[in-house]
Amino acid sequence: MASLPGPERATSLSGRNTGDRVYRGALTLLALTLPAALIAILGGLLWNAWPSVRTFGLEFLFRSTWDPVAEVYGAAPMILGTVISSLLALLIAVPLALGVAIFLTEFSPGWLRKPVASLVELLAAIPSVVYGLWGVFVLIPLLRSHVVPPLRAALGWLPFFEGVFYGNSMLAAGIILSIMILPYISSVSREVLLAVPPAQREAALALGATRWEAVWSAVLPYGHLGIIGAVVLGLGRALGETMAVTMLIGNRHEISASLLQPGYTMAAAIANEFAEATTQLHLAALFEIGLVLFGVTVTVNAAARLLVWRVARGSAVGSRAL
Amino acid sequence: MKVLRLLALAALATIACRRAEVGVRLNGAGATFPNLIYQKWILTYNQEFKDAQLNYQSIGSGGGIRQFSDRTVDFGGTDAPMTDSAIAAIKGDVLHIPTVLGADVAVYNLPQVSVALKFTPAILADIFLGKLTKWNDPRIASVNPDVKLPGSDIVVAHRSDGSGTTFIWTDYLSKVSPEWLQKVGRGTTVNWPVGLGGKGNEGVAATVSQTPGSIGYVELGYALLNKMAVGQVQNKAGTFVSPTIESTTAAASGAMKTMGPDTDFRVSITNPDGPDAYPIASFTWLLVRKNYDDGAKGGTLVRFVWWALTEGQSEAPPLGYAPLPKEMLPWIEARLKTVQAGGKPAWP
Repeated sequence: MASLPGPERATSLSGRNTGDRVYRGALTLLALTLPAALIAILGGLLWNAWPSVRTFGLEFLFRSTWDPVAEVYGAAPMILGTVISSLLALLIAVPLALGVAIFLTEFSPGWLRKPVASLVELLAAIPSVVYGLWGVFVLIPLLRSHVVPPLRAALGWLPFFEGVFYGNSMLAAGIILSIMILPYISSVSREVLLAVPPAQREAALALGATRWEAVWSAVLPYGHLGIIGAVVLGLGRALGETMAVTMLIGNRHEISASLLQPGYTMAAAIANEFAEATTQLHLAALFEIGLVLFGVTVTVNAAARLLVWRVARGSAVGSRAL
Repeated sequence: MKVLRLLALAALATIACRRAEVGVRLNGAGATFPNLIYQKWILTYNQEFKDAQLNYQSIGSGGGIRQFSDRTVDFGGTDAPMTDSAIAAIKGDVLHIPTVLGADVAVYNLPQVSVALKFTPAILADIFLGKLTKWNDPRIASVNPDVKLPGSDIVVAHRSDGSGTTFIWTDYLSKVSPEWLQKVGRGTTVNWPVGLGGKGNEGVAATVSQTPGSIGYVELGYALLNKMAVGQVQNKAGTFVSPTIESTTAAASGAMKTMGPDTDFRVSITNPDGPDAYPIASFTWLLVRKNYDDGAKGGTLVRFVWWALTEGQSEAPPLGYAPLPKEMLPWIEARLKTVQAGGKPAWP
């Protein structure tokens, strides 16, 4: 027993063994490729966007003119359009997706669980151009005949529902985005809720809570970190979605408070104009949009991380206080 | 082992033979508008002449010009001619060779109207400037006296992606409306005063078909193949002309008077002379170098281009493209004869 090769094991773990060293080196290299790719993308964007960055400076972010003939570029309508359409999508998708997830984990009869879950996940498998087609030929006529008139009758005094409705609009894009991100949010949330220990529910029920109260006060708070993660995943997808959005949003470089008016997003602008951008400045301006989109996505993700971290710390402090 | 080695040798030999069979390989890239006819020409030509292997990728005019200028392709395709500064950047080493013609047509969604609407240049410009907003405006009514026009709003649809189709449309509006020229100008993408953007011809067509009271523009070929209702446009001679293959070719014939035989073909032919000319038409061009280092490449390319402009032209109309006027061929022939390949003229 005393002759166990302890010291030898220790040396091999610390990497003196050649095989281990190679293994460790290879893994380190693999782990570094992702950050390296990220830096390379950022560098490439910055390099190509530089003529535009130098010409327009910060004004690029605040100007709302996009005129390739006069070579004047400003991305404000597209930045706003990206953020608004994505937030609108979240506004619709989050309650729906959470509802689906809660129903499936807490209330649904067993035989219904699998089919509904798979159907919701199937939504994620539909190509975005098909969503776009469906939007043009089904959603927009439906909005025009059955949704917008009552909406306007009830809420027309709000600036969000002003102006003539042509069909292609921020509203149509937001709705299609909400359907597209729904499966992501709902599947991840469902997994999160399934992972909540049964004791959590049982304790609440034992204290006399109704099913709903148990979900609201015991299950959801336990899983909130995972749910925030699911929402961020959906948001990330909405921010970058291109094809379906460009087919429905109307592609207009204009800022309007009304959701019934056409708008534009950054991803759509790049997809639309890249192939025929002949001048260097036009191309650089498109790259700068890419850079801004990159920045917005990173900011959103960082903000979500921060939120998760603060919430996690808060609950840790809270439990310690208990 | 011997058998294996023999097999390997045989395999290598087949590969080598294949290589030799292919002969001259020519790569091109550029405009999407002429893609259909270019693919058709290349298919026919590759079958007829086994020594040549051509290929064309439709990546857009901008991409075509970039790749041609970077010398990553042997020839380019574009719907908007290269600018003087872009040509200077490659030391003038380019010829613009027109191959076929395209036209832009006005399409609209007015279910009550069954005859072709007539448009004057001023009406089109003011609609797209956002100044003419009702279908029953007296100006539209005065040129369409027999049509009962609805009182609905005019919704403008335009291309959201950069495109040669937009270039032709805005080039025409710039010629017929000083206000358009000053406020918007011409380009593959412009700052539209009004309207909804759709991606591609199909995007504009979908927007128009789904939006009552809308008007947009699509390529002639797209409208013909999809049997869409199209408007007549008043030409310079004052006639209202329907967009057809013939009236598009007539536009090029009409424009030849102002071009002259020494032209470099980088000319806009919108709003041309001629009583039968449809006024919103344009060439699409192949970009060919003046000097090819590789003799075989230059020779094969020039032979292909000349074949496309002569025998190949008959394949254009069924695909919705207008052939070049016959009387223009001597002018192009003279230009192609100046191409040098490996230090010698490339002309066959």
